[in-house]
Amino acid sequence: MKTRLDARNIVAGLVIAGLLLLPLYTSLSGNVFALTLFTRIVIFALAAASLNLIMGYGGMMSFGHAAYLGIGGYSVGILAAEGIGSGFVQWPVALLSSALFAVVIGALSLRTRGVYFIMITLAFAQMAYYVASGLARYGGDDGLTIYKRSDFGGLINLSNRVQFYYLCLGCLFAGLYLIWRIVNSRFGMVVQGLRSNEARMQAIGFPATRYRLVCFVISGTLCGLAGALLANNTDFVSPAVMYWTRSGDLMVMVILGGMGSLFGPVIGAVVYLVLEEFLSQVTEYWAMIMGPLLLLIVLFGRGGIDGLLGRLRRG
Amino acid sequence: MAEPLLRVEGLVRRFGGIVATDHVSLDVARGELHAIIGPNGAGKTTLISQLTGQLVPHAGSIHLGGRDITRVPSYRRSALGLARSFQITSLLLDFTAADNVALAAQAHDGHSFHFWADARKVPHLRTAAQAALDRVGLGARANVLVSRLSHGEQRELELAVALATRPQLLLLDEPMAGLGVTESARMVKLLQELRREVSIVLVEHDMDAVFALADRISVLVYGRVIASGTPAEIRQNAEVKRAYLGDQHAVSRHD
Repeated sequence: MKTRLDARNIVAGLVIAGLLLLPLYTSLSGNVFALTLFTRIVIFALAAASLNLIMGYGGMMSFGHAAYLGIGGYSVGILAAEGIGSGFVQWPVALLSSALFAVVIGALSLRTRGVYFIMITLAFAQMAYYVASGLARYGGDDGLTIYKRSDFGGLINLSNRVQFYYLCLGCLFAGLYLIWRIVNSRFGMVVQGLRSNEARMQAIGFPATRYRLVCFVISGTLCGLAGALLANNTDFVSPAVMYWTRSGDLMVMVILGGMGSLFGPVIGAVVYLVLEEFLSQVTEYWAMIMGPLLLLIVLFGRGGIDGLLGRLRRG
Repeated sequence: MAEPLLRVEGLVRRFGGIVATDHVSLDVARGELHAIIGPNGAGKTTLISQLTGQLVPHAGSIHLGGRDITRVPSYRRSALGLARSFQITSLLLDFTAADNVALAAQAHDGHSFHFWADARKVPHLRTAAQAALDRVGLGARANVLVSRLSHGEQRELELAVALATRPQLLLLDEPMAGLGVTESARMVKLLQELRREVSIVLVEHDMDAVFALADRISVLVYGRVIASGTPAEIRQNAEVKRAYLGDQHAVSRHD
């Protein structure tokens, strides 16, 4: 693929540079809040990017993606509560549990299409939500406080704001690179082909479900990683991270930024969370502004913000 | 006669009270171009869909090269050498022509659980795609998005995709549908070349094309095969004339 100096690439480059240089700005200005906000944004960008893999590229409208945020988070939280503080244990467990959950959910929900798929993924995520609410030993409804962040020995200190931010950013970039490789690989071509025309893909010899399932599991695992990061970021995990509105937030970030565009979800996460932050400072009814804004972008900007930028070039 | 490449026996498919395929039996010999004709609603596409596995028959059997494929899922039939083109163009519109064909080649190049290397840079897939595109005269349009190809080009691309799976038997569901006169003529010429390489089942409304191309013709009316034979036999067949050709004027030009 050729890289051109169009609006999309310029914006992507600026966002990347901004994210890389942010800690420099916060240390010079003393504005720690920006770093806190953007750590959160980067984590959600990773979650949105993972959702984009199945939703944008794979055409699977999962409405239960926040479940993996919770599963990744609870893996870290529960192990920490049980006295296992090593990140080398916590994180692989977080990824593995997310992958396992995705295998089960995927195997069941991928038998369906369209609205049914949306409803089933939503139902499973809500189930996970209620299971977590019932975990009395781990805080139940109130959630679980994590007293010590994942311990990676001398390798990296997650309690250091800047180090933790760069860890999150590293995970985001690695995740994006992985998605980029996958999307352009043979596997990715099949998954995108299935989104485009399933009957045709079956007719030329591709068994649809197993490719979709593997894609679903990769996506869930990546989101589980975001969940582990999120739990460390907030030092806390509660059922609320799995609530369906969270899944909705992730979907909005993807649609806002641009479905099926590699960098779209990052832009979507930045715009969505920054707007949320500032509008909620201006008015309690910030959703009244956010809603119409979203509507406009969906109506006029097919392909989200990334799609709009793509059209700028052609004028 | 040697064992036929495709043998269909007593195939039945109902939709509610309607019998869309009514005990259809037919044989397609290796190397043959077998045309299936019949008025609208005769059940031609329903028959093709059962051959490709998109629809499951309620009774009867389908054998390909001696192997029972009646209940084999459609993606596996493709691996056994069956390829189809769709009556309504069915391509990956947001992919380029080359990508469409390369995917078909990829489907027959082992599993596709390769997650890392760029699929568009796999030389043998690209070569296969280019060869199939050249074969149907689309060589110069390889990197054009399918949604930007003309209807005629899309019909040709359908063929290239089917060819790239290197089939033994090609099921073509109205390849001339919606084509203009010149485009139709090109398609007939193309099929005339292809039939030397691969056995073909052709469902087509264009009677000129059918009688110019077919070795054998089966006539489908209300889901039943009322006649099967060479073009000359079909033209003489009284029942065919009465049931189908007589009121359709189409073949009178050939008489």
